Amino acid sequence: MPAVCLYFQVHQPHRLKKYRVFDVGHDHNYFNDQSDTDLNNRRVLTKVAHKCYLPANELLLELLKKYPGFKVSFSFSGVLLEQLEDYSPETLTSFKRLIATKRVEVLSETYYHSLAFLYSRAEFTSQIRLHQDKIRDLFHVTPRVFRNTELIYNNAIGRHIENLGYQGIIAEGADYILGWRSPNFLYRPLGAQKIKLLLKNYRLSDDIAFRFGERSWAEYPLTAPKFAGWINAVNGNGDVVNLFMDYETFGEHQWQDTGIFEFLRHLPGEILKHPDNSFVTPSEAVRKFPARAELDVPNYVSWADIERDISAWLGNPIQDDAAGKLYALENSVLRAGDPQLISDWRRLQTSDHFYYMCTKWFADGDVHKYFNPYNSPYEAFINFMNVLQDLKLRLTTLTPAHAQSPGT
Amino acid sequence: MPLKVLMFGWELPPFNSGGLGVACYGLTQALSQQDVDITFVLPQKQNVKADFLRLVFADLPKFAWPDMNPYLTSGLGLKTLPGDAPKDLIDAVRRYALAAAELAQKLQFDLVHAHDWLCFPAGVAANSVSGKPLVSHVHATEFDRSGGSSVNSVVYGFERQGLSQSTAVIAVSNFTKNLLTKFYATPGSKIDVVHNGINADDFARPTSIQDALAPLKARGFKIVSYIGRITLQKGPDYFLKTAQLVLRYDPKVIFMIVGSGDMEKQIIEEAIGLGISDHLLFAGFLRGEELRQAYRSSDLFIMPSVSEPFGITALEAVAAGTPAIVSKQSGVSEALNHVLKADFWDTEEMANQVLSVISYPSLHHTLQANGHTEVKKVSWQAAAAKTIQVYQKVLGRK
Repeated sequence: MPAVCLYFQVHQPHRLKKYRVFDVGHDHNYFNDQSDTDLNNRRVLTKVAHKCYLPANELLLELLKKYPGFKVSFSFSGVLLEQLEDYSPETLTSFKRLIATKRVEVLSETYYHSLAFLYSRAEFTSQIRLHQDKIRDLFHVTPRVFRNTELIYNNAIGRHIENLGYQGIIAEGADYILGWRSPNFLYRPLGAQKIKLLLKNYRLSDDIAFRFGERSWAEYPLTAPKFAGWINAVNGNGDVVNLFMDYETFGEHQWQDTGIFEFLRHLPGEILKHPDNSFVTPSEAVRKFPARAELDVPNYVSWADIERDISAWLGNPIQDDAAGKLYALENSVLRAGDPQLISDWRRLQTSDHFYYMCTKWFADGDVHKYFNPYNSPYEAFINFMNVLQDLKLRLTTLTPAHAQSPGT
Repeated sequence: MPLKVLMFGWELPPFNSGGLGVACYGLTQALSQQDVDITFVLPQKQNVKADFLRLVFADLPKFAWPDMNPYLTSGLGLKTLPGDAPKDLIDAVRRYALAAAELAQKLQFDLVHAHDWLCFPAGVAANSVSGKPLVSHVHATEFDRSGGSSVNSVVYGFERQGLSQSTAVIAVSNFTKNLLTKFYATPGSKIDVVHNGINADDFARPTSIQDALAPLKARGFKIVSYIGRITLQKGPDYFLKTAQLVLRYDPKVIFMIVGSGDMEKQIIEEAIGLGISDHLLFAGFLRGEELRQAYRSSDLFIMPSVSEPFGITALEAVAAGTPAIVSKQSGVSEALNHVLKADFWDTEEMANQVLSVISYPSLHHTLQANGHTEVKKVSWQAAAAKTIQVYQKVLGRK
């Protein structure tokens, strides 16, 4: 009787425009690229909205009406929500319509889709609170289950999130943390009391997210009945199959002509054909199913690359340098108290900036190149550091007295 | 049976004036290690150490290297030489072809392989006499050398004839392949791209020479170098403009120019005009250990070429552990990921990159480490393996 838990990640960063050393001290607008490239945030967002968000939302709404037992969940980054407000209000409205059905759950995350936990617990917590407020304002709901940026997780994150009052947390069901165990049960983070851990079934999730349109794949073409058969095979062998993926899978990563929307259209019906199957949201799964065992995850795990660790964002010298110098400004930026400066500093924390600096070209080159709007990781680093230089300059000219009373 | 190749070249190190000789040496050494039997023809007897080749000299009378260096077609026009020597470079090329026809009648080989326009008439002659297939190898075109502005029509004619009579053409880059399809009407299907290579370990070794720039570096100066012929094609003027921009932001940088060429005087005058002559060092033409030390002494290497079929110097820099900025108008930019790239005319972008590399040790270090790994794969062995595939194709084998 496996339940299926669908969670879609919805995120777009504020990409930095081309910013040369000559711009430092002269131009403080870092995110307003107007070109025809993928550095133009409005352009990217509008494109993704039309290829993915709007048609997928429409389809989900139809499916929710058709199947009373169908449920899904979303996690929205705060920076994505800002961009929807600015560039595509109609998309925001369509998400609101979905959430109003009460069968669409919204998860908690860091507002800036950041790596803050790795650098500052205080900043991490602040960003979760900012996100909670944003979700309440827009959707009038309060998330109970947390997912960290890119499913980055370890024991310490599990315990920290429990202390913040969450009932559940989501992570990657990587082989090296599970060993012989199955991702289709709930677990308890090591040292935690109540909070439950939901693990992504990465094989079944990635069959949809990564392999769906791949003609060289032995299972190509993947149909809804075939996939439902794989879900049924879990029967008696697990409580819940967690299918977690980027929402952009539908229409953006897998283009419409792969048949991905038709797959989604038929999936709920095929899964519900089996009387033992059902759909749950993450907080329902936490309520319904027990934690079967304690799971020890001492090192960071994530859902990225073949390593499923944090090496997509941190670890090479330019990534560590950029992130280290950014977080070193925490106290002085917050003390300066300038809302624009704080917002810019936090937008620079979005994990994508560090992903663009990844130099693991050889194993995962394709994926990183596809998602990198800069020509190289080095260009991304140079750009980022120039912006950071300007931000520092603003910080030094911004005395606290000055910030409080602009007239003096 | 090893494949027997009759190969026509113009120069080999140490009697070389540029990348052509280096490329011929590196490629033939690797080919011989992969069991290709090479008879290598040079226009004139030279004391070259290359025991992996059967060297044959065409013995052109009074052919005086380096007056016959292959880069003389551009800019200043051709040199006229006295007496019964070839009266100019073009004449020498024609005489080389006559000698090639004679050699081709005497020697045993499966195919002819000719390097660049200087050897194309020789290759064509050997092909006509023997009926064996001809492979033309393009290291540079007249359009690269002249910057497209003063194409020598005789040279262009030699190039076109060589290309059209070849069974297959090897281009050192896609950049060059595109020029060949665009300006020489060579069908793309006839052209195979074989990137040049490098024996990376040769450049990674420390030298026995003292770092002459150590005192400057001890005083906090960074060294940014240009290493190559000082000529229009290589963009030395863009190097100066970049230097000027960098120095506005960071005066603790020395810009070093290694090489010689027809624009030397102009570059010195331009540096004075830009007011940066006190930050410029001219090291002259270097080779061997001194050249390797020049790479090693540099914090950053720039190759701002206007039109660069390949650009082996960038491989040499990276192999020596020096991060590089290469122009996007170069073949080597196709072969390396772990370098910085900019359009040759975009001196602001190059200055932006220079300032970043010298400001952030993390960037310098990452480029250095990843470049080191990557450049090992851009080897002459890889180039030779691809070249053998071309040979097999023209011979209808495999």
